[in-house]
Amino acid sequence: MAAVATKYEDLKKLDVEVLSISVDSHFVHKIWQEEELSKMVKGGVPFPMLSDAGGKIGSVYGVYNEAGGVNTRGRFIIDPDGVIQAIEILTPPVGRNVSELFRQIQAFQLVRKSKGSEATPSGWQPGKPTLKPGPDLVGKVWKEWKTDLAF
Amino acid sequence: MKELEIGCGKPTGSQVGEAEKEEKPMEKSKNKKEKIMASVSVGTKAPDFEAPAYQDGSFGQIKLSDYLGKWVVICFYPGDFTFV
Repeated sequence: MAAVATKYEDLKKLDVEVLSISVDSHFVHKIWQEEELSKMVKGGVPFPMLSDAGGKIGSVYGVYNEAGGVNTRGRFIIDPDGVIQAIEILTPPVGRNVSELFRQIQAFQLVRKSKGSEATPSGWQPGKPTLKPGPDLVGKVWKEWKTDLAF
Repeated sequence: MKELEIGCGKPTGSQVGEAEKEEKPMEKSKNKKEKIMASVSVGTKAPDFEAPAYQDGSFGQIKLSDYLGKWVVICFYPGDFTFV
């Protein structure tokens, strides 16, 4: 959360909005912001922190853990048409990686801009070559793309 | 962010249109199962929801569909004051 908040300005530059959701009330979000988050991130968390008491939203998104009564760590990338492009769900003790979030958003934005004429291979980073799927590429990916490009 | 009226009640989030869903008594158990199984997948429309939120010192109501036309990242997490 604090990590995403730190990079919020960069996300905004990519036309990305962030919404965080937990089962805590918005009142608790306020106190968490004041007591802790504002001390971790300059200015605190800038995006809306939503309340999902009862896990109704989490249930619909398949991240609500009924036994624990909490939402699991789940991250969804939604495109401008409201379509889910990526899902990442982790159990609570392991945090997410904001750099990977940026990489995926940039990849999805590139693919969308190319109207699907380009695809980003494994480990793609901005600046690295993309693939142009089509009849000519079938069986020829080995010519265009080497595994060391993935790292 | 749409202003939220602050009362003593504790409003919470829910799926948009959830209340309108009609349930036929005969199919109730089946529907219930479906509800629990309900999940989303990539390439499908993100279910719309509305929830109270805290942002920049104030409370408001957030609706996912208000963000159409922008990229949105939704981050679910287990709880405030947890460690990761």
